[in-house]
Amino acid sequence: MTYLAKPRLHHPTLPVNAVGFTRRDYEGKISTLCAGCGHDSISAAIIQACWEMNIEPHRVAKLSGIGCSSKTPDYFLGNSHGFNTVHGRMPSVLTGANLANRDLLYLGVSGDGDSASIGLGQFAHVMRRGVNMVYMLENNGVYGLTKGQFSATADEGSRSKRGVVNTDSPIDTVSLAMIMGATFVARGFSGDKRQLVPLVKAAIRHRGAAFIDVISPCVAFNNHGGSTKSYDYVREHNDAVNRIDFVESRAEITADYEVGAVVDVEQHDGTVLRLRKIDEMHDPTDKVAALNYIQEHQAKGEVVTGLLYLDPGAEDMHAHLGTVETPLNALAEDDLCPGVAMLEKINASLR
Amino acid sequence: MSPISAVNDFVVKFANVNGSGSASANELFAKSILRMGVPVSPRNIFPSNIQGLPTWYEVRVTEAGWLGRRGGVDLMVAMNPQTWDADIREIEPGGYLFYDSSKPLPASRFREDVHVIGMPLTEICNATYTDARQRQLFKNIMYVGALSVLLGIDREAVERLIAEQYRGKEKLLQPNLNALAMGCDYASTELDHPIGLRVARTDKVGDRIFVDGNSAAALGCVYGGATVCAWYPITPSSSLAEAFQRYCARLRVDAGSGQNRFAIIQAEDELASIGICVGAGWNGARSFTATSGPGISLMTEFIGLAYFAEIPLTIIDVQRGGPSTGMPTRTQQADVLACAYASHGDTKHVVLFPEDPHECFEHAAAALDLADRLQTPVFVLTDLDIGMNQRLCAPFRWEEGRRYDRGKVMTHEMLEAGTPFGRYQDVDGDGVPYRTYPGTHPSKGGYFTRGTTKNPNAVYSEAGPDYVYNVQRLLRKFETAKALVPQPVLRSSEHKARVGVIHYGSTGPAMEEAVAALEAAGIHLDTLRIRAFPFSDAVSDFIQGHDQIFVVEQNRDGQLRTLLVNELGIDPARLMPVLHYDGTPITARFITGEIAEQVRVMQIGPRRKDKVA
Repeated sequence: MTYLAKPRLHHPTLPVNAVGFTRRDYEGKISTLCAGCGHDSISAAIIQACWEMNIEPHRVAKLSGIGCSSKTPDYFLGNSHGFNTVHGRMPSVLTGANLANRDLLYLGVSGDGDSASIGLGQFAHVMRRGVNMVYMLENNGVYGLTKGQFSATADEGSRSKRGVVNTDSPIDTVSLAMIMGATFVARGFSGDKRQLVPLVKAAIRHRGAAFIDVISPCVAFNNHGGSTKSYDYVREHNDAVNRIDFVESRAEITADYEVGAVVDVEQHDGTVLRLRKIDEMHDPTDKVAALNYIQEHQAKGEVVTGLLYLDPGAEDMHAHLGTVETPLNALAEDDLCPGVAMLEKINASLR
Repeated sequence: MSPISAVNDFVVKFANVNGSGSASANELFAKSILRMGVPVSPRNIFPSNIQGLPTWYEVRVTEAGWLGRRGGVDLMVAMNPQTWDADIREIEPGGYLFYDSSKPLPASRFREDVHVIGMPLTEICNATYTDARQRQLFKNIMYVGALSVLLGIDREAVERLIAEQYRGKEKLLQPNLNALAMGCDYASTELDHPIGLRVARTDKVGDRIFVDGNSAAALGCVYGGATVCAWYPITPSSSLAEAFQRYCARLRVDAGSGQNRFAIIQAEDELASIGICVGAGWNGARSFTATSGPGISLMTEFIGLAYFAEIPLTIIDVQRGGPSTGMPTRTQQADVLACAYASHGDTKHVVLFPEDPHECFEHAAAALDLADRLQTPVFVLTDLDIGMNQRLCAPFRWEEGRRYDRGKVMTHEMLEAGTPFGRYQDVDGDGVPYRTYPGTHPSKGGYFTRGTTKNPNAVYSEAGPDYVYNVQRLLRKFETAKALVPQPVLRSSEHKARVGVIHYGSTGPAMEEAVAALEAAGIHLDTLRIRAFPFSDAVSDFIQGHDQIFVVEQNRDGQLRTLLVNELGIDPARLMPVLHYDGTPITARFITGEIAEQVRVMQIGPRRKDKVA
């Protein structure tokens, strides 16, 4: 972390985006995480994605649970409302917030302890409900704030900094999210921003439960030899299945990776995702095939990244519930209170 | 023994088998008496079971309007062989037994001091119907017909109720009327009638309504503007969320689009249901959950966060016997302390205590206002006795044009005009800060919500003085709440009374009746029905104004008494507990007996300060 306060004044020549904000307007407080922490790279990716997508910062609500990752919402989008909730229970709070106002962008930030251990139940159920959100799991396989205990995503056989070998099976969050009904499932790596930023953008454009598992090495407790969540290990074993070239049809194409077959996927709301396949064997719209692909490659010790699954026809929780277009928090007495005459009728029916 | 003779003042108890379809027939019986202008107070006594176990329905017929449980049974309708012996024992000497005489029973199975009325219900049904389910269902209607003749209930009243029930389902109407007629005809020709227990038409019901507290609280949430309900099924609160669903489907669907102005989530557990309420409350929607004691336990971590982060939400706790595997189908007032002090850290919460369905409606709507005004979780503590039983009560009322109190919300316009905003600043001195809804303004009013590590501007801080400022302000806010919550109801004796009684919630009706009995016995007492925590000054004044106070509750540990001692600094010796906690609703007989005995003891010797009852 750095101890120098950021100056509040912006240089007048800083470029602004289409909604009039500089990139600095998307930043937050100075991070208190360790220097080199993967989580800070993820915050930077969020900042870049939101700025480039011309999202007004105050129209984002950022919610988190407890842990290192859950501290990060304080470090980006400083003028967005943020909520540091209860350990493992961010999904339910985000669900309620989304019910109250369907018009904001909901960004859920969680960690592997938060989502895969104490909060596994809420993680599963928020996916089932199709809550319209971007759920970022900053996955480092370890409890950082309590100094290096294994988390439930630690791979079997991986070794802790103190030399303990993990014998428990890991929870595979991407497969679980897919099985539970998430309609956008991706995995990124905090060390590969060029892949991560488009994933975040695509997730933001997705209407439904969008989940991104980001492998995010813990430099303090899980970046040594023997760890399967270290920078070196992930770089060596990264199996990127595709690249997202652009998210909206009019956006500029910025391909700068290996060139493969190009697939356009049109989503429910007309948004087009252009995917450049790296592995021809992976089809992101086929859930069963995608699950098989993930299992096969993970069995070989590879870290499968990219857009793993997308349901282009996804609907969200509000569609399921049939709620009105007006945010529920904007409804007033006339919309909500049935009135005195109706109450008299109800009284009469109870005599 | 001469048979009991009583007009409009007796207790009928139906002993049935769960799942036999008796519930609607028994309700029909109770309502037909209401339609004759005679107040009734029915209670379901049911097991944690869907089919097969014993279930009872007790109807107190009471022209005087005593709606508490009386205790004792004057007429037993014994339809369950499993519980026969216990049911027979419960009948008052001189009382009546109505039973299915299809199968002969030896004389030893009866009581000599009980007047026996046998009707071969099974035999008649078997002769009339071929379908097994019909045989069972119409047996119930048939005994209602027979009872109407025996007790002098207006047959037309019963028929009208059946017609109302089957409006639009005419195919079912006539068979039910036929079964009723068969019951009436048999009793008219074969049984001595009327018996000593009689229903006589009067006008004591007035404009009162007959409804259960869970439905009433749900309707209160509809009127009070709740838009988000998140819940997890738990007896005895489930029917509250289901009633909310039913009322919303009728009252909150946009006529043009068919879209809903509400959202209901049946969550995966109570942790999620309260979490959803927290999220919705944080984001400016009125949210509530309905639960019971075990659910409160699961919710406590979130309740603490909501208290410190100052998030409005309403929790309706329909109390039952604890713990999780306790007495889910029995009533108690045993969650008082669990709710008042729910969670870790220094927390205390606003708790409302409705007395009956009328107040369930009012308090539910009031809780939604209070939660927004005070930016805090508000509890409504009902119980199974009022939640799941239909109770005669004053009709629901709503003031024309009533506005919701959304509390201190800083708007886009206010921020634009330059109004300073600090999320946790006490700008008005009442401890209640301003909040903004997420998404209000592009550059002002954004803040980060967390527990206690913050300064008055919601910036992260672990500094001691910031913490102290914050929790002291929360205490000021609790002080502010005193004047906003429903105030206690005082009933003063016509005579000067040295003795006072404090009670709350569903104890109300039994207490009123006990007061009448005690006054008749020359024991004069004032009563104060507490309707909310924190306690207003009227509560301490009442305690100071009497030599001895009884605190009547339906729990083992005197939980409200503990709260009074703790919060008001009262000498425990001055607060004598009167406690009923076997899972059945408290009775006037119990209260009268306990208080009369204590008063007698007190008057014999000088009061000893060191002795606590």
